[in-house]
Amino acid sequence: MSDLLKRLTEARGVSGNEDQVRQLILEEVTPLVDEVRVDNMGSIIAFKKGVKSDKKVMLCAHMDEVGFIITRIDDNGMLKFAPVGSIDPRILPSKRVKIGDKAIPGVLGIKAIHLQEPSERETAAKAKQMYIDIGAKNREEAERLVKPGDYAVFDSECVYFGDSKVKSKALDDRVGCAVLIESLKGSYPFDLYACFTVQEEVGLRGAKVAAYSIQPDIALVVEGTTCSDVPGVEPHRYSTRMGEGPAISIADLTSYSNKKLVSLLIECAEKADIPFQIKESVSGGNDAGEIQRARGGTMTAVVSVPCRYIHSPSSVADLNDINNTLRLVQEFLKGCEAL
Amino acid sequence: MDAKKFLGQLIEVPGVSGYEDQVSKLIMDTFEPYCDEVYRDDFFNVYGKKLGNKSGKGPKIMLAAHLDEIGLMVKDIDDRGFITFTNIGGVDQRILLSQEVYIHGKERLFGVIGAKPPHLQERNEARKAVPMKEMVIDVGLPAERVKELVTIGDLITFKSPLVELTGSNVCGKSIDDRAGVVMMYETMKELDKLVFSGEIYFVATAQEEVGTRGAIISTYKINPDIGIAIDVTHGDTPDASRDDTHAMDKGPAIGVGPNMHPKLTKKLMDVAKEYGIDYQVEVAPGLTGTDARSMQISREGVPTVLIELPLRYMHTTVETLNLDNVKKAARLVAQFIASMEEGWEECLTY
Repeated sequence: MSDLLKRLTEARGVSGNEDQVRQLILEEVTPLVDEVRVDNMGSIIAFKKGVKSDKKVMLCAHMDEVGFIITRIDDNGMLKFAPVGSIDPRILPSKRVKIGDKAIPGVLGIKAIHLQEPSERETAAKAKQMYIDIGAKNREEAERLVKPGDYAVFDSECVYFGDSKVKSKALDDRVGCAVLIESLKGSYPFDLYACFTVQEEVGLRGAKVAAYSIQPDIALVVEGTTCSDVPGVEPHRYSTRMGEGPAISIADLTSYSNKKLVSLLIECAEKADIPFQIKESVSGGNDAGEIQRARGGTMTAVVSVPCRYIHSPSSVADLNDINNTLRLVQEFLKGCEAL
Repeated sequence: MDAKKFLGQLIEVPGVSGYEDQVSKLIMDTFEPYCDEVYRDDFFNVYGKKLGNKSGKGPKIMLAAHLDEIGLMVKDIDDRGFITFTNIGGVDQRILLSQEVYIHGKERLFGVIGAKPPHLQERNEARKAVPMKEMVIDVGLPAERVKELVTIGDLITFKSPLVELTGSNVCGKSIDDRAGVVMMYETMKELDKLVFSGEIYFVATAQEEVGTRGAIISTYKINPDIGIAIDVTHGDTPDASRDDTHAMDKGPAIGVGPNMHPKLTKKLMDVAKEYGIDYQVEVAPGLTGTDARSMQISREGVPTVLIELPLRYMHTTVETLNLDNVKKAARLVAQFIASMEEGWEECLTY
């Protein structure tokens, strides 16, 4: 799992430009399934024929990640950019990025502290004022390496640390992708569609069309979700807690989870002695929002791996939570047939 | 070893001001093959002594580039194992979120700097920078384990390797002033190609970031005829005034102002012109924020010049340097040293 997760999180895949991570996932899933295809949006739909029934179960994890798109090259060779997906601009100063298919290195610099007024240090940096420096002398030199429309990702190595923690970019939602890939190693009585969606971070767009084409009876979304259990936050606003197992969603801003599926998830966890938690906030949203409303409606549920410092180059998750999420998904799939 | 490789090694070795043991050892080892003698003092100042290859009474010249770096220090550990911290040297709190660090406790621990997530901020908080005192380092260990391994006062350094950008540009942490140390190393190599007399001391100074203390001590010890301070200056960026910065591709900057000896500075510029080495001028109306400020007033006074390497985003983890300037500065200083022929005392007068 840890090796797979490293490869998944280090692959580039900003919403709208998921090529590299898509290629990696295709290579991983092809030997495990009966059929695999890439749909019109670029999502991967991996199909595993059921041994008994015609029931259709969809597992969904998004492969895209937040990042940047280059909007303009200035005369001085600096690149202007816009965020793709939601990124707190306050994390941007003094970070490294990789731009385009050739992964050209660049930095998000900030004027030296010596040149700042004291008030500047108290004010959050704005993405609009910032730029990416690739070391180019001028526009011509920069244009040889990058062009407007190129995507950029955080340059962040996947590091295992602490007592079972992983730090990387894009844990949201490569943790889900890893869980799906591992789940495909099992065999199931029903038809299983493992769907690795694109463009979740810009509005759940890949899931909408994938769910339409699959028409599942049941869908389970596997996510990486906010974990705010850090100092300065009141415990009732933690949302999820690191190390306490997969978080089961009751509702968020995009969907209500189906009660039968939630009960099944809880029952499975309790029976198999898998630690779990109920996600304590209703903020945010994920692919379940679109899957639930596809065609005539689908039963959906969401389990998530808690991720601290989400949407940053240094998001952190607990490997035990990831493994327990995988176990819960496997138990859930076993229980699905009876529904 | 080439300049880039040495710089890459240097920035990965911790050496926060006052705690320069490890980095000073690496510098001693690397200076060794190019010096007649290498030693260090109790403050971790490293001295590389190189004797002239020509007879005659040449000057005693001291070069200084500081080996210490800015960093952070453990302030407290909470009951869940999160670590609060403060800064050593000037650190812009706005660069800290999501930064990767090493805590140098009983073991070296990896950690990331986090804070309350954005969606939980109050509306007016989002416009403000997150204060350093509200940030924590997360080392991913239970509190009791953290308390075993980490003590209040332990040093913290940033994790940010040397990355090559376009052209001869590189970025990373602590290039201020490890680039100056590399420049001294390159100067030694250049000197081996030249004929010169005198005693040259290459000093990698400690504690510059907290008040040029290593330079105060080492200059007193050496008592040189001439001082050459080597540091970084601000490279040009769109968000900084042109008045405060220097171009990245027009050579090193030579300091001009009361902190620098006028005749010696003119000689340095003349040498640059003679050898076709481009340079820029850094006008410093008062004291410079470099070792030059202390070298100049050591003992009976030391005629001092200042050479600076343009560096973008100083005191961040993505400090950006053009390595060409390191090479140019090294050639310039080597030729300057070699130009000290009989009667060199003349250029120290007024």
